[in-house]
Amino acid sequence: MSQPEGKGSGALEVKFVPDEEVLKHIADDAGVKVRKDKTQLTVSVKRFVKKLENISDDEAQEILEEKNYVAALGICAQDPVGNGSSVSGGEVYSFQTPKCSSKMAELASALAQTPGQSVAPECPEKTAKTPQSSKRSSSNKVQQRSKKKEFVSTTPYRLRKRLAAPDPYLESESEYSASCSEEEDEEDQKEVSAVGRKTPAKTKAASMPPPRNTLAKKIKEDKMSNLVEEYFEAHSSSKVLTSDRTLQKLQKRRLNQQTLHDLLKKAPLAYAAEIKELNQQHESLFSKWMLQLHLGFNILLYGLGSKRDLLEKFRTSVLQDSVHLVVNGYFPSITVRSILNSITEEVLDHIGTFRSPLDQLEFVIKRFKEDSSLELYVLIHNLDSQMLRGERSQQILAQLSSLPSIYLIASIDHINAPLMWDQAKLSLYNWLWYETTTFSPYVEETSYENSLLVQQSGSLALSSLTHVLRSLTLNARGIFRLLAQYQLENKDNPSYPGLSFQDFYQQCREAFLVNSDLTLRAQLTEFRDHKLIRTKRGTDGVEYLLIPVDDSTLTDFLEKEDEDV
Amino acid sequence: MYLSSVARGCFVFKPSPKKRRVSQKTVNDFGERKDDSEDTELRFVTCQSLWHEIKSETEQIQEDLNKQLFDNLVSFLRRSHSEFQEKTTKWTCQMKSREIPTAALVLGVNVTDHDLTFRSLSEVLQNNVTPYIALLEAKDCPGIKNLMQKLMGQLMNCYIDVESLEDEDYVQVSQNRIRCSMTSLINWYESVTKKTDSETLSKKRTSSSRHWQSPPVVVIFKDMESFTTKVLQDFIVISSQHIRELPLVLIFGIATSPMIIHSLLPHSVSSLLCIELFQSLSCKEHLSTIIDKLLLTTQFPFKLGEKVLQVLINIFLYHDFSVQNFIKGFQLSVVEHFYSQPLSVLCCQLVDAKKRVDSLSHDQCENIRRLPSFRRYVESQASEKQIALLTADNFLKETIQKLLEDLHVYHENYVSVLRCLHVFTSSLPKYPLGKQIRELHCACLENRVWETEEYESSLQLARMLNKSDLVTLLQQCVEIFVSSSGKEFGKTVEKLKEFLTQFQTLEAEAFQERDVSVSSQKELQKTTDLYHLQKTLLELKESRRSKKLTKFEMLRFEVVDYIDSLVRNYLVPADHKTLHEIVYFNSASILRAHLNAAPRIALHTALNNPYCYLKNQALKSDGGSISNKAPDICIVYKLHLECGRLINLVDWLEAFSTVVMAAEGSKADAASSDQVDDTIHARFIRAVSELELLGFIKPSKQKTDHVARLTWGGC
Repeated sequence: MSQPEGKGSGALEVKFVPDEEVLKHIADDAGVKVRKDKTQLTVSVKRFVKKLENISDDEAQEILEEKNYVAALGICAQDPVGNGSSVSGGEVYSFQTPKCSSKMAELASALAQTPGQSVAPECPEKTAKTPQSSKRSSSNKVQQRSKKKEFVSTTPYRLRKRLAAPDPYLESESEYSASCSEEEDEEDQKEVSAVGRKTPAKTKAASMPPPRNTLAKKIKEDKMSNLVEEYFEAHSSSKVLTSDRTLQKLQKRRLNQQTLHDLLKKAPLAYAAEIKELNQQHESLFSKWMLQLHLGFNILLYGLGSKRDLLEKFRTSVLQDSVHLVVNGYFPSITVRSILNSITEEVLDHIGTFRSPLDQLEFVIKRFKEDSSLELYVLIHNLDSQMLRGERSQQILAQLSSLPSIYLIASIDHINAPLMWDQAKLSLYNWLWYETTTFSPYVEETSYENSLLVQQSGSLALSSLTHVLRSLTLNARGIFRLLAQYQLENKDNPSYPGLSFQDFYQQCREAFLVNSDLTLRAQLTEFRDHKLIRTKRGTDGVEYLLIPVDDSTLTDFLEKEDEDV
Repeated sequence: MYLSSVARGCFVFKPSPKKRRVSQKTVNDFGERKDDSEDTELRFVTCQSLWHEIKSETEQIQEDLNKQLFDNLVSFLRRSHSEFQEKTTKWTCQMKSREIPTAALVLGVNVTDHDLTFRSLSEVLQNNVTPYIALLEAKDCPGIKNLMQKLMGQLMNCYIDVESLEDEDYVQVSQNRIRCSMTSLINWYESVTKKTDSETLSKKRTSSSRHWQSPPVVVIFKDMESFTTKVLQDFIVISSQHIRELPLVLIFGIATSPMIIHSLLPHSVSSLLCIELFQSLSCKEHLSTIIDKLLLTTQFPFKLGEKVLQVLINIFLYHDFSVQNFIKGFQLSVVEHFYSQPLSVLCCQLVDAKKRVDSLSHDQCENIRRLPSFRRYVESQASEKQIALLTADNFLKETIQKLLEDLHVYHENYVSVLRCLHVFTSSLPKYPLGKQIRELHCACLENRVWETEEYESSLQLARMLNKSDLVTLLQQCVEIFVSSSGKEFGKTVEKLKEFLTQFQTLEAEAFQERDVSVSSQKELQKTTDLYHLQKTLLELKESRRSKKLTKFEMLRFEVVDYIDSLVRNYLVPADHKTLHEIVYFNSASILRAHLNAAPRIALHTALNNPYCYLKNQALKSDGGSISNKAPDICIVYKLHLECGRLINLVDWLEAFSTVVMAAEGSKADAASSDQVDDTIHARFIRAVSELELLGFIKPSKQKTDHVARLTWGGC
């Protein structure tokens, strides 16, 4: 592929390129694509073919059976809301081989190009221009160039490739215009784009890692390619097939909780009107819920979106005049005991402690059975939260909910939440399931979660660092600075073990910070007590010192220190 | 008070006492719909009373079904410690008495129903055998200590119950303060029995006359399979040491098979038990009885539609085998029906219904006119009658009364004929119309049963029944019709009886017929000429082909045709009947959504196809893909489906921003700096943490800035 391309670039300056060549070029491009696909295929084709052979029959059979079953369950009955209960299980739990890592971005670019979006109007504009027109508005060119540049400089290699791949027309078009304009700049750009286009074939081949190949071979050998095996094969290798990029390399400052909150507040909620309509639909069910609660059922809400506001609305509109208990299941330190405590202490006004939750439960049950005028509504947001999903907690809650004068209304979100309950618990809970898909963001529910991307520990660590150090002597701060600086100097070394005590002592002495290793040790003990450093014994028996804070926080800290000084 | 706090997760709200809600307000919940304020109270009361009736009926059924089992158990318990009663000190008895009498109660896999069975069992035992009963569950007894604690607690409490609260000093002793050991248990038992002994002497055996002097102590293990083996073994070994001082009887509740006892307990332990097996009624039979008594009867005006019944039965068969859940579903349908159908006020006994028709308001009359079945009825009437029906409320009411009566009569007849048909179809080979009467019932409700292939084939099979079978079937049918409440069946019974007598007379005639055939055989033997032989054979063949059927065959045809005519007359599907909407509950989808929900599918649909919920044209998309204007979480979800086990957050973020920027269009150029827009970043973070909450991903330490996928396979 690079051969004709190279010729083309050589001929650029001298000869006029007719339309046919352009077409040919495009066709060539397409050919390459096919070839590329082939390389991909050869790797996996055997697997797929075999899979098809072996499984298609079974699968068809299974699907048929499943359909029968689904039909038998009365799923065919018309669904007024159309809540998609007509999706059969096979679609949700389908088995597929894991995909290669670049798929995501491909999909992203595909999604980005779906009609009706900004990309679409751009294309016709360009195709409208005849290829012969050598004159172009310079602004357009600049814009286009800048766009290209953006592709080169900012977006990573892989994404660039993906972005380039889906519309070869656009690419070849620009190429053509380059050949007309006779600008060196353009040529550069063209080369870049050529490289961009060339690489997919290569990277595609390269991105198929050796383990995968051997894996395919293995499968071929023992002819055991049923789905389950494939699953375990795919998951047995610890090799991770993702790119090595990290957020740090992105030069992206981590957002902390507060800024995140503010940013999200500013961002408009999409489809607010539709979401409101959904909520109104659900709110019309309130009286029905009350009725069913009174008749001995308990209500369980499921579906995508936070159900907190809905329950809150239910509480404020219906439950104002009755005793009720709200449990935030998503609260990180909620326990069954605290729920029981609030029932015994606040609802039943009982003073005293219990030996175990079971005793407490017994007491509650006894009280509610004795006094039939007692009534309690319990609202639990996220019954399936980390803290409440345990078997014992669920058992106790189920027993509570089975009391005739305790009315439970709860929500679940986790996909595997129904697995918490066995038949016995289910019958105690006596659920009526209500689908309340709200699409509202889980603001409260996720606020406690130590989110992946939010810089949470960092800010806390930083503030604690500064606070602790501020209370220390100047010398102590100097000692810590030394260690921090040394650690930052070695941040690129992945196998950096820490600073050995002897070296550290040497450095501290040179900086006139300590006069004996005893003083240093005393100082280090203090650091250790505040969890500012960690000591580790290396393989050679030497003590190594390490600050257990990530590098960016440490840098921030040093900067702040410098400001102070 | 704002309900998010970093210090607490529970919030209690207590309104001021005077504002407290009165519990009778349930009625108001029932009627809080705007469109029909009519008759809500009446409807609610009807609903409640109907449900209570049904409930007591089901309890009665349960009791009846268990009666046999309980009787056996009671007699077993009486027998088990007769030696102990007589205080014999025979040598053989002493040898034997190391064994603990044990009843293995096989109850079936429908664990949820067991609770009820045990409750009634302990009630029965309390009344008949012994006041000392302890019900133990595996979840309360993780160790032998807990088991003993629980056991003694229950035993001593029940003692208090029996003796009321006479002896205060005993009550004061809390179960926790007693040393929980077998010795203290024995001491307690001795003191109790001694006391009752002396009391019974003095009180001339008043209260405990039903029990013996030293009643056995019954320990019931509700769910034997889930007990820890060690706990069970220890308990059995310990108590077998004391069996002579303490007449202990064990009852094991078993869900699987009696073999489990031997696989749970080693031989040395199981040899200490003297096991007798008791089998409870299978849940399927229980269900059939329930259906029989609740649905195939005119006792209850409320009826289940075909789809609803199918859903309930399928939940039973495919999911839990639990009769309790079936009844719960039934309750839900009752409530739903009365809640959603304003005309359900007429869903009561015929006499009341007629009265209520008189007091119907104009709005309700309009409701009736809107019923599809009633419209069909009106269209079939003469034109002047149509006008009268649509305009004059009084005339309408009269007609309704008549129609309600028709409906009632239809139900009466339906049940008898259905049973009769079931008698026939259940004796056919391969059961083309199903083995159980519920299957037949469903088939009849669904559409005209006589138009189905299965019915056709079963009729053909019925035409091949032999005589003795046919006669017994007919006799059964006669019994059904005689005992039925329908008034129209006098003739039917006569007709069937006539058939029976005809069959009897046939027997006499049969002999003569045989003679005829024998003579023809003889004729055949006489002919010697080959030509003649051929001729006669041909004739014989000819005559056989065109031969009239034997009398028996004709009669059999007649019988089958008669049954067929009965079916065609009386087994019309209910939704062909006018006003069936009043008594039939038909929204199976509601029932299914509430009882047998599929949360994962709902989540899947919402994420893959948000247009299902958010009716915005921008979200409309074809096939498997979604529009790039979908909510953030949908896009993030869709992108993550393309990944393997681990997901690189950077790649993910970039892919996300590509999509979002494209979707927002105008921003795409403006925000073309080398960094992802902060807002988009924030939105991404939110979407990812939402996915984490939903359980699709979790943070991974395998690689920096990666998350692990928890589901697998793309969708």
